[in-house]
Amino acid sequence: MTRNPDSEPETRKPTRTGMRLIVPLQGIVQGRGGLLLGSLIPCALVYFFQVYLKRDRSSNPPSPSTSAVNLPGLPRSSSRANLRVHVSARASSIAKPNDSPYYIGLDRVREDPYDEMNNPNGILQLGLSENRLTLDLIEEWLSKNLSGSMLAEGGDDLNIRGIATYQPSDGLMELKVAMAGFMTEVMGSTVSFNPSSVVLTSGATPALEILSFCLADQGNAFLVPTPYYPGFDRDMRWRTGVELIPVHCRSCDDFTLSIKALDQAFNQARKRGQKVRGVLISNPSNPVGNLLSRDMLYDLLDFARERNIHIISDEIFAGSTHGNEEFVSMAEILDSEDSDRDRVHIIYGLSKDFSLPGFRVGVIYSFNENVLAASRKLTRFASVSTPTQRLVVSMLSDTQFTREYMKTNRERIKTMHDLFVEGLRELGIESAKSSAGLYCFVDMSRLISPYNEKGELELWDKLLNISKINVTPGSACHCIEPGWFRCCYTTLNEKEIPLVIKRIRKVVETCKRSG
Amino acid sequence: MKLLSRKASCNSHGQDSSYFAGWQEYEKNPYDEVKNPQGIIQMGLAENQLSFDLLESWLAQNPDAAGFKRNGESIFRELALFQDYHGLPAFKNAMVEFMAEIRGNKVSFDSNNLVLTAGATSANETLMFCLANSGEAFLLPTPYYPGFDRDLKWRTEAEIVPIQCSSSNGFRITKSALEEAYQQAQNRNLKVKGVLVTNPSNPLGISLSRHELNLLLSFIAAKGIHLISDEIYSGTVFNSPGFVSIMEVLMNKNYVNSPVWNRVHIVYSLSKDLGLPGFRVGAIYSNDKKVVETATKMSSFGLISSQTQYLLSEMLSDKKFTKNYVSENRKRVKQRHAMLIRGLKNAGIPCLESNAGLFCWVDMSHLLSSKTFEAEMELWKKIVYQVGLNISPGSSCHCIEPGWFRMCFANMSEQTLNLAMQRIKSFVNSISESNMNISPNQQYSNKSSRRKSFSKWVFRLSFHDRETER
Repeated sequence: MTRNPDSEPETRKPTRTGMRLIVPLQGIVQGRGGLLLGSLIPCALVYFFQVYLKRDRSSNPPSPSTSAVNLPGLPRSSSRANLRVHVSARASSIAKPNDSPYYIGLDRVREDPYDEMNNPNGILQLGLSENRLTLDLIEEWLSKNLSGSMLAEGGDDLNIRGIATYQPSDGLMELKVAMAGFMTEVMGSTVSFNPSSVVLTSGATPALEILSFCLADQGNAFLVPTPYYPGFDRDMRWRTGVELIPVHCRSCDDFTLSIKALDQAFNQARKRGQKVRGVLISNPSNPVGNLLSRDMLYDLLDFARERNIHIISDEIFAGSTHGNEEFVSMAEILDSEDSDRDRVHIIYGLSKDFSLPGFRVGVIYSFNENVLAASRKLTRFASVSTPTQRLVVSMLSDTQFTREYMKTNRERIKTMHDLFVEGLRELGIESAKSSAGLYCFVDMSRLISPYNEKGELELWDKLLNISKINVTPGSACHCIEPGWFRCCYTTLNEKEIPLVIKRIRKVVETCKRSG
Repeated sequence: MKLLSRKASCNSHGQDSSYFAGWQEYEKNPYDEVKNPQGIIQMGLAENQLSFDLLESWLAQNPDAAGFKRNGESIFRELALFQDYHGLPAFKNAMVEFMAEIRGNKVSFDSNNLVLTAGATSANETLMFCLANSGEAFLLPTPYYPGFDRDLKWRTEAEIVPIQCSSSNGFRITKSALEEAYQQAQNRNLKVKGVLVTNPSNPLGISLSRHELNLLLSFIAAKGIHLISDEIYSGTVFNSPGFVSIMEVLMNKNYVNSPVWNRVHIVYSLSKDLGLPGFRVGAIYSNDKKVVETATKMSSFGLISSQTQYLLSEMLSDKKFTKNYVSENRKRVKQRHAMLIRGLKNAGIPCLESNAGLFCWVDMSHLLSSKTFEAEMELWKKIVYQVGLNISPGSSCHCIEPGWFRMCFANMSEQTLNLAMQRIKSFVNSISESNMNISPNQQYSNKSSRRKSFSKWVFRLSFHDRETER
């Protein structure tokens, strides 16, 4: 397939953060002049940077134990000196320690995880949107349906040929069929998904990256409503060189997306000479948990049409609804609007709704034949392991089981959600209105001081190191208002919720005392 | 509009090369002993189907491994939630021990230096992302695996500069070839970041000699560049001089305290040695902490299913099994290889003497109408369509001499291989007969008409929308 782009987009070398900082700064100092501003601003920046760094160091995990006896280490200085020549620029920028609290928190929990018996003072995990509530149903299904011949090709004899040999890199047809059926069921049955438009990937993470490679060139950008899932920064940008432009949503609007804000962001990008290739939305949204209304989806499609851009709709939490609102997929509104189908691409997977993040099953669903063709080729780098495909085919084909599973799952998510939100309310803490997701977006802005990112990170630090609960600060999600935290409650069981509330209470009281 | 990115629209995925085109033809008309005995026999896929029975019997005896159980207890929950990009520790330990075993335990590996990826395809690409910036180059000895054009260059925007090897010395890597390649890169204004070799070589089927390995190490030491050693066929070495890993040479030569130690990286996979390409299990091994750290994070884009990691950790930890498997598999590869050689000899077709791999590097230059790549394509077309064998032409592997082909032998039954040999023999006989009968004038016009139809056909194939591709 050879298709020539009909316009030559500007390519920009991805600029380093340093450059970004300096350029606007020069503008300020030069424009306003004055020794005062010229010396004050850099000093202030250096101060904040150092404070952040200090905190960063104290909460940084100790470096992993080094190698075995037969591998003497190089003297550190020489490896650092070689670093610039040594590895690629991409690698250098990635290799430095994750300074996002999102990743730091996950590392800390890994080192010191709460366990009722063995480590009751460990850190409680509320920073990972994982669903542990309904795994028992899957285990039960396995014990009934998974005999030793799981690996067999439907027959009684063990036959490894069916799973051992090379298979289509974008997934077995049986799995595409089963997945299309499952998605149809999950997303409300009014839209039916076509197996030929399903591309399977080893998780939603590569699915997003593949779409990014397909839809944008290096230096191009996607508009993303904030707050957004911290992983987007990595998945969409890292190796692709694509940029993400935040479009801020506010709590006064319940963090709902506004087309006006999208439009503004698009125009500003254009003025800067930056080509916007699409909008990336998550619906249900992460970290807030709200659903995009049908009207909003139509408006979004209009916007995309007018600007001639794509829409990537990450619908990975589609089945994890707990409120009364109905989930509407982009696919649903497209049925009647045929002409713009080519610009819509959906991400799905089994990591959230089906609680199987370890199995690495993700989906790109697109209405664009060219995107499908390109994505299929790219799945060579991220295919689903065949034994897992076979297992998942069996599971998803058992529609009685999947229906029962999704229903029970929703009920349990609701129970946990209500418990948690109520518990927070007793502490005088509110959360953003949400109808879905495995988390809530909690407003602790009254507890932070000063009312800015620094104050927020201080509170985050207290929660992590004193209360021993790991939550994700809004700043890691690019939230424009400080003091919000994403708290995932589906990694806990019902007994642990009061414990979490108790630990939060301690911090709340400390803050109130010092505040 | 619906513009795709340049990467998605361009051809640098190399998917339109004859290597993949042959597969297409095979898929339209695949040989089946019962259902389609006239179909095309797949000899272009380096898959190891020789030892499935060993795997099946292990699985039958160890149902817990596939049943998410450890010591009779269910660990399903743990596996369902396990998505740590550091990989399942038990699996990594089992992998490094298996890798050591294949190398006769002459080297040992540290599991902390191992990064798991979804297949060697992903491992190779990830390493390129780690080591090369856009536009920088790696040197590769020719002929090389056609997939590299896709895996190493497509998304990474790296370049490949060939190290030309020729049949005059059995396609071995020489110092002058290395230097020439480096110079070539300079002439093209490309910064060279490293050398990538497959050892044992694909498509040659030979394990690199100690001399070549030493040459490579001196070369990268002098130039200050990296070396990637793709050792995915290490378990298929069936004859002397046996397999020598770059790690072994690295340790022997006292490179241990030098910067070179950190610049050698190994790619491994279970797709060839264990015959499990569908499982998508690959790995990067490096002594460089930064590379390991970066590659680990990048592996998020291609993690191995925890179900698979667990299953294989159990299998590979069974030392009795792995020892037996490694030696039995070698025996079978050797046997099958011998069968192919005999069959080819019988048809008067020589091949490169090889001691490894799942294929042979076959010399059909004497069957070419002229010593050109067009003639090679003509011959290849005949072999695919008339003879019914999908083999890989040397040009798709960037070989500089026309007439060489890669033929795989481990992905079919003995009967099928025999049939393939019969077909080749008949074909060779028919050529010699027709050569005797044809007049010089006729030969010329035949050649030119063949050339015309060749270009149309290639044109059609390279623009064929790969919708039908699986």
